[in-house]
This record gives sequence, C-alpha cells and structure tokens, in this order.
Amino acid sequence: MPKSHDLYGFFSVLYRERYVYTASAYNYKEEIMTKIKSLFISLLLTLGVSSAIAGSHGSTLDVVKERGKLMCGSNTGLAGFGAPNDAGVWEGIDVDVCRAVAAAVFGDASKVEYIPLTSKVRFTVLQSGEVDMLSRNTTWTLSRDVDLGLEFVGVNYYDGQGFMVNKDLGVSSASELDGASVCIQVGTTTEMNLADYFKANGMSYESVPVETNSEADAAYLAGRCDIYTTDASGLYASRAGYPDPSAHMVLPEIISKEPLGPSVRHGDSEWGDIVRWSLNAMIIGEELGINSGNVDAMMTSNNPEVLRLLGAEPGYGAMLGLSDDWAANILSQVGNYSESFEKHIGPNTPINIQRGLNALYKDGGILYAPPFR
Amino acid sequence: MQTSLIRKIIFDEKSRSLLVQTLVIGLFAVFIYLIVQQTAYNLEKRGISSGFDFLNMSAGYDISIRLIPFTSEDTHLRAYFVGLLNTLLIAICGCFLATILGFLVGIIRLSTNWLFRNIAYVYVEFTRNVPVLLQIILYYSILLHLPKTKQAIPIFENFFLSNRGLFSPSPIFKDGFSIVAWSFVLAIVFTFFLKKSLKKKQEVSGKQYPIFLINSAIIIFTPIFVYYIMGRPLDFELPVLKGFNFKGGMVIKPEFIGMLLGLSIYTAAFISETVRSGIISVSKGQREASQALGLKSNLVMRLIVIPQALRVIIPPLTSQYLNLTKNSSLGIAIGYADLVHGFGGISLNQTGRAIEIMLMVMLTYLTISLTISVFMNIYNKSVQFKGNA
Repeated sequence: MPKSHDLYGFFSVLYRERYVYTASAYNYKEEIMTKIKSLFISLLLTLGVSSAIAGSHGSTLDVVKERGKLMCGSNTGLAGFGAPNDAGVWEGIDVDVCRAVAAAVFGDASKVEYIPLTSKVRFTVLQSGEVDMLSRNTTWTLSRDVDLGLEFVGVNYYDGQGFMVNKDLGVSSASELDGASVCIQVGTTTEMNLADYFKANGMSYESVPVETNSEADAAYLAGRCDIYTTDASGLYASRAGYPDPSAHMVLPEIISKEPLGPSVRHGDSEWGDIVRWSLNAMIIGEELGINSGNVDAMMTSNNPEVLRLLGAEPGYGAMLGLSDDWAANILSQVGNYSESFEKHIGPNTPINIQRGLNALYKDGGILYAPPFR
Repeated sequence: MQTSLIRKIIFDEKSRSLLVQTLVIGLFAVFIYLIVQQTAYNLEKRGISSGFDFLNMSAGYDISIRLIPFTSEDTHLRAYFVGLLNTLLIAICGCFLATILGFLVGIIRLSTNWLFRNIAYVYVEFTRNVPVLLQIILYYSILLHLPKTKQAIPIFENFFLSNRGLFSPSPIFKDGFSIVAWSFVLAIVFTFFLKKSLKKKQEVSGKQYPIFLINSAIIIFTPIFVYYIMGRPLDFELPVLKGFNFKGGMVIKPEFIGMLLGLSIYTAAFISETVRSGIISVSKGQREASQALGLKSNLVMRLIVIPQALRVIIPPLTSQYLNLTKNSSLGIAIGYADLVHGFGGISLNQTGRAIEIMLMVMLTYLTISLTISVFMNIYNKSVQFKGNA
C-alpha cells in the first residue's frame, strides 16, 4: 500500500487549497501535481511488487528448513492413526509419517507442528500452503491426484470401507441394511461409495452427515443412525473408545478400496520425493530387519542395501537434498513400519488390527517399497 | 490552452471531484483485475483445475433432507438447488416463527403481570446473550436424546416422535382435490371483497359487523363443504415401523427442528425488544385519547398503537430477518443440509472448486438478503405516514 502520509498529504493540500488558493494558486498547483505523481508511482510500485511476490514460491524444503519445523496436516483425532495422547503428544501411524519426514529433514522427529484438519477442509488447507504435507487417512483417488492439485506419494495403510452396527440390531450382513440411517463423514470417498453400494444393491438409506469422527461417534451412540460407515480401520479405532466395545460389530463386507497415504502439493517433486522416501525408508527398514534398537549395530552390516539406507555408503542423502544419515534418523527415532504398526494399531493395542493386507509382500501382504539404490 | 485545461481540472471543484472519482474507480477496477489474474495464475501454477464445468457432473452423494427429488446421480447444480431450497425453507419458517414468538414476548414484557413480565425478561436476556450456535447444538442434542425409533412416542395414534424426527401421515391427493383447493382460494378472494363492502356499510350506517368471525367461517367451512361434496378426495399414508425406520408418511428431521428452534428462539428475543421499543415509542397520550373516545382495549392496540409502532418496528425487524437468514448457514454444525452444508461443503470437497463454489454461495446469500430488504422496504413505506407531513 502507498504510505499513509502520501494520502494524507494529498488530501490535506486539497483541503487547504479550498480556502486560500486565490492567494498563490500556482504554488499549490505544482504541489498538487507532485503529490499526484508520487501517489501514482508508489501505487504502481506496490501493486507491481506484490504481484511479483505472490507469483514466486520457494521450494518447500527450503521453506521448511528455514521455519525450523514441519507443518503437518493431521486428523482431528483418530485413535491409532493420528490423535494426541494423555500427555498431549500426537501419536499414530499417520503421525509417524510426519515424524519420519521431520527426522529426515532436521534429524529430529519432534520438530513437527500438527494441524488438525477435518476431512472437508484438508485439501484446501494443503493447496493454500498452510501445511507442508497431509498425513491423515486420506484415500488416494484419481480425481484427487489429478484434479485437486495434490500428489499422493505412497500408501501407508491399505484400507477398505466397512459398516459398524450395534449387535442388538441382529444384522449380520450389509445386504440386510435396507432402509437404515447411516452416519457418514462429509467430504470423504466413503460418502460416494455408500451411495454407489446402496444403489447397486437396490436398497434405500437415510444419510446423516457429520463433520468429524467424534461427532459421528456421538450420533451413532445416541441412535440417530443405525450404522456408522467409514474406513474399517476408522471403525476399529472408534469402537475401541466406546463405553462397551463388545456391543458393536463391524460387518464382514468391505465395499471399497481405500489406499490411505500421505500427500503433498503438485508442482514440487523434490519435496514429494522426500516424503515418499521417508515412508519407503520405514518399509524398507522392516524388510531389512532394521529397527530403532539396532540401527547403530546395523551400520557395520555386510548387506550393501543396509549400508546404502543407513548412509554408511554416502551419496544417497545428497540426491534428496538431505544429509546422508536421514534414513538412519528415521529408523532410530521413529522406527520401521512394523514397529509403528504394532505400537499404535496392532493386535496388542485396544484398536487390535491384524497386519492383513498391510503385511510386507513377502509375508503375504501387499506392502512393497521400490528398491533403495 | 493546456494550462487552462489542467487548471480547470484541478481547481474547479466539480471537474476535480469527477477526476478523483474516476481515478478511484479506475484503481479499484485495476485492483480487482490484478486479484483475478493472480488467482487464476496461481491456480494454474499449482495444477488446480478451475471453471464451472463441474456443475454438470454427477454429485455422487445423497442428501436426505430435500424438497425436490435428488439422487447421487444428479448433478452438482441440482445439489445447489436442493441446498438453496433448504436454506429458503429454514429462513422462511424461522422468520415466521420468530415473528410470532417475538411479538408475543414483546407484548408480554409490557404486561402488568409481574410473573409473565419477568419470565419474558429472563428469556430475552438469556437467549440473546448466548451464541446462537451453542443454542442450536443444545436443542439438537436434546432431540437426539428422545427415544429411539423402536420406542417412538405415539402422538394422536398416527404421529410418532423419536430421535430420528417427527413422523406424520402424508396426504395423498386424489382426483377432484384441486377443486377443493380452488374453493379455498376463491373463499379468500371473496372474503377480501366482503370485508371491503362491510366496512363501507359500517362507515355509512355506523353499525358494526363481526367481520373477522364471518370471514373466518367462510374460509374454513367452504373448503370443508366442497371436500364432502367431492366425496372426500384425500387419503393419508400412515407411517409404519418397518425394519430400521418408519416407512411411509412424512418426517420432520431433528436437524430441521433443531435449526428451527435455535434460530427462531434466538431471533425472537431480538424481535421482542424491537416490538417493545416500538410500542413504547407510541406516546401515552394516543392511548389515553383513544380510551377516552370509548375504544375497547384490544381495539386501542389494533387500531391506534400497533399501526404507529410498526413504523419504528419494521426497519430493525428487517435486519433481524437478514440475520436469521444468514445464521441459517450454521446448519453445517448439526448436519442440516442447507446451501453451505451440501453444495458449499460436500460439492466443494468433492470437486475442489473452492473459489467458484464460495462465490456462488456468497452471491446467493447476497441475492436472498437483498430480496428480503426490498420487500421489507416496500412494506415499510406502506406503513409510514402518508402525505407531505
């Protein structure tokens, strides 16, 4: 904006002139002309400069490094995936991806600020640059990848949409759900899958739209809806927090593919690479048997891939614009994929999810990271 | 020559102000142009699609609160209209209820009865000092704790109240019902003229007729009479508990009831204050003079006080209507499928066209608000003092 004294000067001259301009009109005329000129120039300058600033973007990595912390879009609270614990520290397998990226960039997994986002606002917030990446159980679809200006960099949990009902209803299959009221989070792929599924099976339903997972839980428990539908993982996570988890069951039908993974903005492939390989490093870590406990010991391994991954053989970090020990930092501070899974959602947690599809390819799952070379 | 032109522009007050105004408008236009350019450039640079082509794509989601048929295969444009109608529905019902409640409370606050007066006082101070969003959520939560569908409370046998809404019989119109409807319209038109002629007679003869009673009787009994002559061309479909929910009949969803209660109870508090100030603004002398002329107290109110109070009431009442309409966008908090929730929320999320959709939604609210203003201004003119005074 032009400086305020320019404007003030301009108008004050006009104001004075009204009373005294007959005395020395020409002096004032000149003064006014100069004022107008300077006002114009400053206006043009500010407009030109501001559009130039708005047009240029530094690389995300530089922005993150300069800021000193990673801004990570997370869930508003989904136990096991992304939620603050009793001490207010964010935890979960989605959160671990953010921590892995922070460990890779800063060498310190705690340098993350979590921005809780509802499913509705998440993409807009990422697009606008308020967060550097999104890691909050978000399904990778074509239109999101292509049309929304996002780039999905991998899958950290293979999921599918399921239905949860109260056992009292006596329902054992999703095909018996005709006429039911269904609680559903707005702005999700599940919303569209649900419409498709009921349509394809010639059934009707009443949708009860809710904003967040906790609102859905409240509406479902109050009996506003018969069914709560979302990704099966989300159903398990919700159920774990109910007063009587055993009174609710997840129906056997899984009606969709929901590959959940972290995403970044289109147009900064270098940053996308860093997030992609941070996740891959966790998966490869599991493949190679490297965990948070044995990183140091593995530095002297005979396996060349282990040495490449841990930076004992230099050069790979520089390709990403990071230090060579980036992956070692991830594995020592966050752990490998298996550690993250078992700690947050595995069979020994209240959420109690089996590895299933999310086991490594060599253990019967479909988790598969490209080779590290 | 040139100097004199410059001189004229700068020192002649009229031309100078014209110049400044043109400059300001020009700069504003440049400003807007730059913003639009910059936005389009940034969107393109980030690989985000833009444009309004998404309006013809199928929405892919369902809306359960709707006035016109809608399925997931319909377009986003139709979702827009579904949302718009829901917004208008809550706005109209809300304004209607808020006005009635507001007038009642406003009059009660001036009552001589200590208890009534103070109950109204507490109501006004409580509701207008608590954010409307909290009130909406409160009413909605209460509604959610009504009995579940299977234990629904029956009312008059065929109505059922549960936490999924109020289920009621829905009318089925058979052949000949349109004649009943027309007889109703005709009765209203007829009473309008009857009222005029009876008033004339009253002015000539001085004899008073119970116009209100006669007209109400005509409006109520004509359609009923025709209804029986036509052989009762109306059936009801009753709601029946089947499976998970009631089937058949109509349902008023708790989301709608929650919104309606929240908005109208909140706005009514403001309206009641407006009404109270309007009534107080009519000077005591007016009332005393009309009583001295022997008018009964309800006539004093209807003929003397209210018409004069309306002049004070209407302008702030308009802004209360506007507030209520805009507050209806809070429906998003409890899942009432209004314009902001459906089109402005779900469609936005599915298509990512934030700027286009928000512009459409904002322009829509602007249009609704301006329309309300126009009509209220016309009404306001009609109640103001006539003549040159």
